[in-house]
Amino acid sequence: MDENTDVIQGTLDMLILKTLSLQPMHGFGIARRIEQISRGVFKVNPGSLLTALQRLERAGWLDAEWQQTENSRRAKIYSLTRTGRKQLDVETADWSRRVGAVARLLKAEG
Amino acid sequence: MRPLRAIARGLSAILHRSAADRDVDDEVAHYLEQAEAHHRSRGLSERDARRAARLEIGNATVAREEVRTSGWEHGFDTTVADVRYAARRLLATPAFTAITVLTLALGIGATTAIWSAVNAVIFRSLPYPGANRMVAVWDYANDGGRLETTYGTYRELVARTRAFDAIAVYRVWQPTATGPAEPERLEGQRVSAGYFRTFGVAPVLGRDFTADDDRENGANVIILSDALWRRRFGGDPSVIGRAVTLSDQQHVVIGVMPAGFRSVLAPSAELWAPLQYDMQQGRAWGHHLRMVARLRASESLDGGSREIAAIAAIAVPEFSRVPWASLSDGLIVTSLQDDVTRGVRPALLAILGAVALVLVIVCVNVTNLLLARGAQRRGEFAVRTALGASRGRLVRQLLTESLLIAALGGLLGMAVAVVGVGAIVRLSPAELPRVATIGVDGAAFAFGLAVTTVIGLIFGCVPALQAVKSDPSVDLQRASRRTAGNNRRTRSALVVAEVALALLLLVGSGLLLRSIARLLDVSAGFDASGVLTMQVQTAGRRFSDPTTAARFFTDALDAVRRAPGVASAALTSQLPLSGDADLYGVHFDPSPADDPGEARGSFRYAVSPGYFETMRIPLRRGRVLDDRDRADAPLAVVISESIARRRLRGVDPIGRRLRIGGSGPYTVVGVVGDVRQMSLALSDADAVYTTPQQWMFVDNAMSLVVRGRGDPASLVSPVRSAVWSVDKDQPVVRVATMDALLAASAADRRFALTLFEAFALAALVLAAAGIYGVLAGSVIERTREIGVRSALGASRRDIVSLVLGQGLRLAGFGVVIGLVAAFYASQALTSLLFGVSRLDPVTYGGVVLLLGATAAIACAIPAWRASRVDPVTAIRSD
Repeated sequence: MDENTDVIQGTLDMLILKTLSLQPMHGFGIARRIEQISRGVFKVNPGSLLTALQRLERAGWLDAEWQQTENSRRAKIYSLTRTGRKQLDVETADWSRRVGAVARLLKAEG
Repeated sequence: MRPLRAIARGLSAILHRSAADRDVDDEVAHYLEQAEAHHRSRGLSERDARRAARLEIGNATVAREEVRTSGWEHGFDTTVADVRYAARRLLATPAFTAITVLTLALGIGATTAIWSAVNAVIFRSLPYPGANRMVAVWDYANDGGRLETTYGTYRELVARTRAFDAIAVYRVWQPTATGPAEPERLEGQRVSAGYFRTFGVAPVLGRDFTADDDRENGANVIILSDALWRRRFGGDPSVIGRAVTLSDQQHVVIGVMPAGFRSVLAPSAELWAPLQYDMQQGRAWGHHLRMVARLRASESLDGGSREIAAIAAIAVPEFSRVPWASLSDGLIVTSLQDDVTRGVRPALLAILGAVALVLVIVCVNVTNLLLARGAQRRGEFAVRTALGASRGRLVRQLLTESLLIAALGGLLGMAVAVVGVGAIVRLSPAELPRVATIGVDGAAFAFGLAVTTVIGLIFGCVPALQAVKSDPSVDLQRASRRTAGNNRRTRSALVVAEVALALLLLVGSGLLLRSIARLLDVSAGFDASGVLTMQVQTAGRRFSDPTTAARFFTDALDAVRRAPGVASAALTSQLPLSGDADLYGVHFDPSPADDPGEARGSFRYAVSPGYFETMRIPLRRGRVLDDRDRADAPLAVVISESIARRRLRGVDPIGRRLRIGGSGPYTVVGVVGDVRQMSLALSDADAVYTTPQQWMFVDNAMSLVVRGRGDPASLVSPVRSAVWSVDKDQPVVRVATMDALLAASAADRRFALTLFEAFALAALVLAAAGIYGVLAGSVIERTREIGVRSALGASRRDIVSLVLGQGLRLAGFGVVIGLVAAFYASQALTSLLFGVSRLDPVTYGGVVLLLGATAAIACAIPAWRASRVDPVTAIRSD
């Protein structure tokens, strides 16, 4: 089986926002993109993903739109709102700060 | 974050549940489909691709649930489910639910209503700035009671005090607005210049009275209330400076008071004029002015009283005093708030106490009901715990149930409160101050709801929760065996408490009931039945000549006597039990040996000949006043029996001479029976009667007493037209039958009694319900034991007496404790009682009998049920 792991706790929101900042897409597309870009390191649990999408939408960071697919299903397409973009900046900055701190700690130990 | 958006989405999910569900389903399905397509594109077969996708998403249902339960509306859903379940549980036991909800509603509603009234009347501070600095000042009557002050005292205090911002005196003023329609009497006050300053309130329009307005023969100026201004002048601001005709005289409007202003000293007063007191009149130094004052901000009530006491103690030459206003006893200074509520305070506090007892009983009863229910549900909870329900889940559900009951009780309680407040306002005796401000008090409602909820409902959940804590298997066994939990002792104690409290309330209402009966037995001294009374006034300048006024009264009386249906009629300057109190000092000349003097002066009546006959006041000696006693005849006076007895002590009163105030000397020509003037409960009956022609001035208002041949109420219109046939501009007011005045005299006690009766009845019912509940529960719990007993040969009679004995023992304990409590608590009622000792054995005996009978009835049903227990079924029931 793949050697992938679940997404690091608390980073899923940021990953979703980042993925959607490239282009609007549906749920599976987001999951797929996260796996691709992380080169299979991260694997997204669909339940968590869809729950997170609902939460982010309610928070006003995402807009959702229903579209008809070719085989007459409905697909929900998510896109980033302006506040979502701001939130992404905030979370990115926060993440970099934390990563930097962890890196420094690890270095000091080494 | 946009919380609004989250709320909106949640709400739409709740409202369009199926659409929301479909959205989630579609999204999950689409996800699955995409995953499948992805796997196919990687080269997997159709079947493997589906399998891989399924594997990835795990259980699709779980995923859907996960999304569905992530929003806040999920918590709402659970709560709805809890409420639904609770409602089903409560509906399954309709008797329990109905009794609990009604009990709660009663407790919450009654407490709210009574507290709303008591708070508005007694405790809430008066609606004026710095109201706690307002004081009332009274002179001392000889008996230590309160007496109105004199103008001389007012003049001296204004000049000599330093501790007050303002001091004012006032009296009733009822000017007549005349016009094409029937004359209207307006309620007003004549006030000294500082009156509004004692309230700390100034007119919003125009100006306040000044010292210049308030001098003898000053200009006729008036200040209007907001209500009168709007009613008669359409709220026109240009009313200032306009002249209005009142009692035939022009009055210039100089001010309008703010909308919220209502004088607590005369709640119905709508206009005010300066006092313009005439010290030269025959009435100078009369005790007929009320005094109100406002302390300086830096002064305490104590400081103010001390200063006034010091001034009263030391007379100064600039201010002469008369013997009857010498201030030798000092003056009474009380806070205005206390003064205004003095009359009703005992009744209201007693009622407040009664409702507090009811609230306690309600708490006890609700606790009891829930304890019983909890005991029955131990089994249910044990089962649910055994099946894996968490403790939190059970607590949550119990609380939901309790809160549902509380909400129902509260809702119904609010209705009870609204109805109750309306009833209190309707029932309230006329002298209840500030009635207009009584409204349902939200804080009281919240308090009642909180107390009953916390004590009754939450506390009542405890036994059920104990079941959760303890080993479920024990409870499972217990539940099947139907044996009692250990809370039976608690419940019995609660029933005992309930009975004791009910006894307390019953004793209170019994004592009040007996007082009213005694009071209405008191002879008023005259025959009230069939007598109609009304007051006739002379208003206006054309009566400034006393002979004109006197002629009007004579002519009016003649006209009334000729009216159809009138058997006899007379005039009197003051009417018994109407609130009139015109007191004068009576001095015998020569003074009899060891004259004890008067308690508080004697009532002075100017009565037309025929008064004693019409009122059927019995003549004891000599003769009554008649047409002989004209203005030019020798001055004649009729005195009351009490004066003759107390002050002349057996000396023949006929022919003795006496002075009334500064008038006289009169010669005593007759003695008549005593009459209750102020109230049926007060027996100060010293009275002197003269004819109007022989009194020193013409009273400007006289009361007609008319005895008819039939129903006195049917006389109203002929008598009124008779008066108006003499002068159509004279107001006729205070129309009432003498019977109504008699009933009104007992109104404050009747008010207390009505409420006490209602509460006592509620308490009795609750106590009966409590006894019944405990016994019924105990019979169910003891079914097996009873079965064994009858199997062993106990007769039905034995079983009945077993259960009855248990119930009556509880009632008996309650009665004993209640009697001890009543012995002490009845002290609070003393001032409301009349002619009955607070330890009246008849009342106590009757109450014990009543409670005993009620308890026996409450026991009878469970006892009967116990006697029907079939031993075979009972023993086999496990």
